[in-house]
Amino acid sequence: MDAGERIPQLTVTPDRYVPHRYAGASGDFNPIHIDPEFARAVGLPGNILHGLWGMAQVARASVASAGGDPRALRRLSVQFRGMGVPEQEVTVSGTVRERTDGRVLVDVVAEQAGNQIIRNAEAELELS
Amino acid sequence: MSRDASKIGKRYPPFEYEVGREKIREYASAVGEPSPVHHDREQAHAAGFRDVVAPPMFCVVYSAGAMGPAVLDPEVGIDFARLLHGAQEFVWSEPVCAGDVIRTDVSVKDVYEKGTNVFYVFESVSTNQDGSETSRGTWTNIVRGA
Repeated sequence: MDAGERIPQLTVTPDRYVPHRYAGASGDFNPIHIDPEFARAVGLPGNILHGLWGMAQVARASVASAGGDPRALRRLSVQFRGMGVPEQEVTVSGTVRERTDGRVLVDVVAEQAGNQIIRNAEAELELS
Repeated sequence: MSRDASKIGKRYPPFEYEVGREKIREYASAVGEPSPVHHDREQAHAAGFRDVVAPPMFCVVYSAGAMGPAVLDPEVGIDFARLLHGAQEFVWSEPVCAGDVIRTDVSVKDVYEKGTNVFYVFESVSTNQDGSETSRGTWTNIVRGA
């Protein structure tokens, strides 16, 4: 992993019930994520993905790029922007910004239908 | 200075979370994490973990109970109708495995205005039963201006 190199892209299409499973797993039952009618009533297009589910996809792509050991991920910072929706492919891509000794800094973004749902993500990896 | 800024430094009671093996598996499945170290005890042992290990972002599960009272604190006064989860950072240290007991302490790190928006920044620090830090989170909530 050298500066300028792209990390392997991660693509995932969250099925219709991913927000429900993530709600159960995380304890975040905010109805905007699991109730399409409620979501529309507050002006959303429908129920939307949890931002932290999206961040978990960025974490997954980062760990995978370092060889799959979860201990490799030392730090991850993200900004949440556009809303993600179920049943549309999410693409996580990243580029190595710098490498110093065993530490690698990667710029990552998660997009869905050309819309950035997580931007300015920065992953710090420790390569063993 | 915003009236809310007087809450900077406020601390909340610690919250303890017992990490269950099935909870790790459930979380790993919900985020699409098939790696056997998150599901299978033998494979986790072979990789050097005490037990099934949590994916890094499982930190949101064990720290949620500590974050809730802080975000909901009427003294901080977040307007939920206009709330956005703006940004998030985690720094990880010791891995978290099934059987761990994680204590999380939360404090108000910063409150500031930028344009018409108000930023509420919380910090969570999580430690395991041995007193080793497992993760540290910076949670940035933005309340949009009217």
